[in-house]
Amino acid sequence: MKTKQNVDQKQKLPGVGKYYVRYAWMIAVALSFLTVEAICELQLPEYMANMVSQGIAMSNMKQIWIWGGWMLGVTLIGTVSSICVGYFASKTGAAIARDLRAACFSTVMGYAQDEYNRFEVSSLITRSTNDINQLQIFTIMFIRLIMFTPIMGIGGIVKAARIASDGMSRLTWIIVAALGFIIVVVAILLLVVQPKFMRMQKQIDRVNRVAGEELSGMLVIRAFNTQPYEEKRFDDANRDLTKVSLFTNRMMALMMPIMVLTMNAISLAVVWVASYQAQDITQVSNMMALVQYAMHIVMSFMLISMIFVLLPRAVVSTKRINEILRTPNSIANAEHAVVPSGERVRGDIEFCDVSYNYGGDEPAIQHISFVAPHGKTTALIGSTGSGKSTVIHLIPRLADVTSGSILIDGKDVREYNLIDLRNNIGFVPQKNVLFSGTVASNIEYGLDSLNELTAAQPLEKEQAARIAQAETFIADKSQGYDSEIAQGGTNVSGGQKQRLSIARALCKNAPIYIFDDSFSALDFKTDAALRAAIRDNLSQATVIIVAQRVGTIKNADNIIVLDDGKIVGQGTHKELLQSCEVYRAIARSQMSEEELAV
Amino acid sequence: MSGPMGRPHGGHHKVKDFRGTLRKTMRYMRKDLVVIVLAFVFAIGGVTATLLVPEILGDATDKLMEGAMQKTIYKSVVELGEQFSYESMDADQRKMIDQMVSFNRTLGDLKNYANDATIPMSQELREQILSIPQEMNNTSMRIFYGFDGYETFGEAVAALQLEGIVSKIPAAYQEAIYVMSLRGAPSIDVDAIVSILIKILILVICSAAMSYIQGFLLAGVAQKLSYRMRRDINNKIDALPLRYFDTTTNGEVMSLITNDIDTISMSLNQSLSQVITSVTTIVGVLVMMLRINWLLTIIALCVLPVTMLSAMLIIKRSQRYFIAQQTYLGHVNGYIEEKYNGHNVVKLFNGEEKSLREFAQYNDKLYDSAWNSQFFSGMMHPISRLIGNLCYVVVCVVGGAMTIGTIAVPGGDMTIGGIQAFVTYVRQFNQPIMQVASVANTLQSTIAAAERVFTFLEQPEEIETGTLAPEQVRGDVEFENVRFGYQADKTIIKDFSCSVQSGQRIAIVGPTGAGKTTIVKLLMRFYELNGGSIRIDGTDITQMSRQGLRDHVGMVLQDTWLFGGSIMENIRYGRLDATDEEVVAAAKIACADHFITTLPGGYGFEISSDASNVSQGQKQLLTIARAILADPTILILDEATSSVDTRTEVLIQQAMERLMQGRTSFIIAHRLSTIRNADRILVLNEGDVVEQGKHEELLALDGFYAQLYNAQFENA
Repeated sequence: MKTKQNVDQKQKLPGVGKYYVRYAWMIAVALSFLTVEAICELQLPEYMANMVSQGIAMSNMKQIWIWGGWMLGVTLIGTVSSICVGYFASKTGAAIARDLRAACFSTVMGYAQDEYNRFEVSSLITRSTNDINQLQIFTIMFIRLIMFTPIMGIGGIVKAARIASDGMSRLTWIIVAALGFIIVVVAILLLVVQPKFMRMQKQIDRVNRVAGEELSGMLVIRAFNTQPYEEKRFDDANRDLTKVSLFTNRMMALMMPIMVLTMNAISLAVVWVASYQAQDITQVSNMMALVQYAMHIVMSFMLISMIFVLLPRAVVSTKRINEILRTPNSIANAEHAVVPSGERVRGDIEFCDVSYNYGGDEPAIQHISFVAPHGKTTALIGSTGSGKSTVIHLIPRLADVTSGSILIDGKDVREYNLIDLRNNIGFVPQKNVLFSGTVASNIEYGLDSLNELTAAQPLEKEQAARIAQAETFIADKSQGYDSEIAQGGTNVSGGQKQRLSIARALCKNAPIYIFDDSFSALDFKTDAALRAAIRDNLSQATVIIVAQRVGTIKNADNIIVLDDGKIVGQGTHKELLQSCEVYRAIARSQMSEEELAV
Repeated sequence: MSGPMGRPHGGHHKVKDFRGTLRKTMRYMRKDLVVIVLAFVFAIGGVTATLLVPEILGDATDKLMEGAMQKTIYKSVVELGEQFSYESMDADQRKMIDQMVSFNRTLGDLKNYANDATIPMSQELREQILSIPQEMNNTSMRIFYGFDGYETFGEAVAALQLEGIVSKIPAAYQEAIYVMSLRGAPSIDVDAIVSILIKILILVICSAAMSYIQGFLLAGVAQKLSYRMRRDINNKIDALPLRYFDTTTNGEVMSLITNDIDTISMSLNQSLSQVITSVTTIVGVLVMMLRINWLLTIIALCVLPVTMLSAMLIIKRSQRYFIAQQTYLGHVNGYIEEKYNGHNVVKLFNGEEKSLREFAQYNDKLYDSAWNSQFFSGMMHPISRLIGNLCYVVVCVVGGAMTIGTIAVPGGDMTIGGIQAFVTYVRQFNQPIMQVASVANTLQSTIAAAERVFTFLEQPEEIETGTLAPEQVRGDVEFENVRFGYQADKTIIKDFSCSVQSGQRIAIVGPTGAGKTTIVKLLMRFYELNGGSIRIDGTDITQMSRQGLRDHVGMVLQDTWLFGGSIMENIRYGRLDATDEEVVAAAKIACADHFITTLPGGYGFEISSDASNVSQGQKQLLTIARAILADPTILILDEATSSVDTRTEVLIQQAMERLMQGRTSFIIAHRLSTIRNADRILVLNEGDVVEQGKHEELLALDGFYAQLYNAQFENA
């Protein structure tokens, strides 16, 4: 039910736009300073005109000082405004980026397995970092430069019109015509070049893709002697990229000369018209001011060319960020948990006709029913893609069943508070992830949340490490439990990582334990010792083990064989050898005939 | 990834050899140097033409001003003329006035008239004009100018009298001035102005054309250079020994192609032309300013150090925040990466809230440094404009004072057109200085990028020692006392010997890290031996060319590699000249034909670049088909450790079996059946063959193999 509601809300989920609205007032403040800046910038030529007509032409030093003072004044105000614009623009851009980052991070962290798997992790990371940075740059540039253009343009026209109304109406038309011309030029460039810029981005991606493939397939390429083929493949991409970027660059090179030419043409036209129309000195000095305005207007249009570079990236980034933000979380916490909060469960797990489908045509698992009782070990076996991991991910609600139900102590997992549910499960995932910090902080990672649970009796880290067979190697480290763990746990070996990951789960002292193919990186001695320790210490817990190797789970109380998302056999090792074809096939590839015959 | 001018990592990388890299860059671009020089010439030409414009336009303004001035005076004079009657004058007076009413007359001209007896004039007026003191010279124009702005002529005269000028003008002369009002309206010298404007128009068009040609040429150079660099880097990837990539990550190489070349090309495209135009502008503006007025030029130049200094200060300050931003960005990115990768763990251990709290801390720090760095680098613009405008104001005031004569310096005569031109130059003066300052900054990162690119391109390539390329081989392989280590001080394979006959099937087993894949890599000659030899049909593989060797050795890795392209292209990769029919035949043998034909588009089905639209098992079948198509005599198979679904599994087994038929095969084996069916099993431990033989023999030995076998295939 909840899932359906969330899907319906898909359209309503706010995207990037919301964060711009949040800082609309900052943008408004920046824009008002921008307006002040533009006005100051536009006043300057007028004051100069006054200085000429009232001061210089009249040989009046006093007037020169007065208008010089005015010019100084607006210059200072303009500069202060400009700095304020910069301040608000930077703050707005950075704040939007900060909020977007936080939003993306919390959205992604909130994702259930489903949504998380929809994206590549690397893509999620780029979206939350690079793409947001692109938007930050765009926002700041947009406020500071691109918004300046229309304000200067409009202001310039108003000013020009006011001056020109003083008997030189044709001059206004020159400005308007020039402005029209520039708008047309910019529009044409936008129409012609913009799609090319988009294409350029694609070609860049293609070049990177081919190069990336070459790097990852280095061995194969050398093995098949296909270097010339690869060179050609890259060269094709490289040539296409060069061609399109040459085109865009050359089109953009047109921008500046056209603008300068227009600017000069305006000056010439103004002087020309004035030479016919000017009646007195005031008009000529106004004309000089007009030329300055025209230059300001054209110059500010030149900044528009920034759009060409920034907009395509910003559009792509926005799209990619929105994809994150607009993907709703399919797991909703039980609003009114029927199970009292803060208590330990007994741990009887039951799957009742569970199917799960993550959007594909075929359900990942279907009609799964089994019981994993308290104090027993239940094993899941099957080949890659058979749905083992999916089954166990449904228990701590990393994903929700599509149909059927999973019961713990007879109550649906969806009726538990999520935090409570997960506090009751010690889970060792397939991928052993450690976080940067210390050995201790990793082992005790789950305790913060556990401490809120009244009935919890977490293990000491030493004890958890002992059961997980991690004690010796921790002791071998110079700083013991305080030893540094690097980001991603790169400074410990795969086996050590796995044991720490197991210790982290054991530390919770939970009534339910789930091991997802968790013994693969261990040598057989450690493997055996660990399994013995788990048998001894977790006899009171519900244990579910996922494995690919028959040997690992031979002694489980109940083995469930999965193939292609369905249960194809259930029973003990011996029973399954008799009854289950798939189990026999798996066993045959791993054990000798004699052993199978036993 | 970072700020507007930032690179992801090492944006503030120190350049180790600045000059050397610069020299290398020049050498790399030597083919383009002619074009670059040409672009320079056009840049200089374009800028020079632009620089001439304000001065010439100033001339036009002066002409315009002059005419307007006369019109203004005429307007005032007309008002006064109403109080004065031309009719009341005698004929001589009228004639004289008619003659002198040309507004460009100086006192000297006037005196010449008075001295010219042929000009009819009353004796009284003649004397009065001649009695005007000589120091009044050059002031007549100013007297005329002075009319502007006063309501009446009387007011104007009163104002002039206050300054002690008019008092010296005889009354009759004053009267003469009144009479001017009766002349027809003066006009602006439109013809002269238009001819100036046409001159400017030509200049402006030339300038625009030249600057476009410059941009056009440089864009070509920059893009071609990027093209060449990308090509060279890419070709280098294939030419470098694999050993190089043991210590260099793919990401580092990718960063060369994506970031560094981008930086270099941008720099070439923009910064280079900026430097040329900026320097030309600075020099040109200086010359033009000096031509107009030396004093104003000195004043404008006083601003120069201030500009430079403030630019430096701002750059330095923003650099600090910029570095801080990079650091915090690194923290945030790292944190995101870690927590995204550990997504499940965070959820399972209820660490979500905690991670949000921690993230907020990093995020806030990044925010602070981000806005600060943006703010300070953004200060550059307003500060440069402030300095520019201050300069503008000072020039206006001082220039104005010079024009009206309040400040008098030798050679410091100014006109209004002169001020206008000077102001335009001043405005053009500050920006290029700021630009040069910031280009100097980007140059640092450009050279750093170029250094990385050249360092990569200069890496020693794989040397081809052998020349033999046998048409066919039988497939006997012999390893003799092979010694090898990825690092010189860490020998992985100590002393490996083994002789394999053509058509034999060899299973290589051993614990992880025992050197199983290493042996295979040596056979493919991806790495050179540290000692011993590998021979095929008795020929040392170092005597064969790499291509000649690899033509006969095929390889199917567990880590399947497919590229973005059709299935047909991906299979044909095994032998590029294979026909479509041959490809399909190979796919049939590899049991891949069936699933391919069920895909939309069949063999034309496009595999996505991350090959996520075909399953793991299907990928394996495709790579097997590829190897079948290549038809090598010697085969290396890396068996998958993880099983795929049972049906595909059976297919893969079948396909592998067919592939191995009639070839010498080395199989890195994980599967019991494969091991059992092998003609010989090589048991590796810590880089050495510790045991070899058939399955039963080895079990009977009860040594390392037995131990391994029990651990792996039996319950411990």
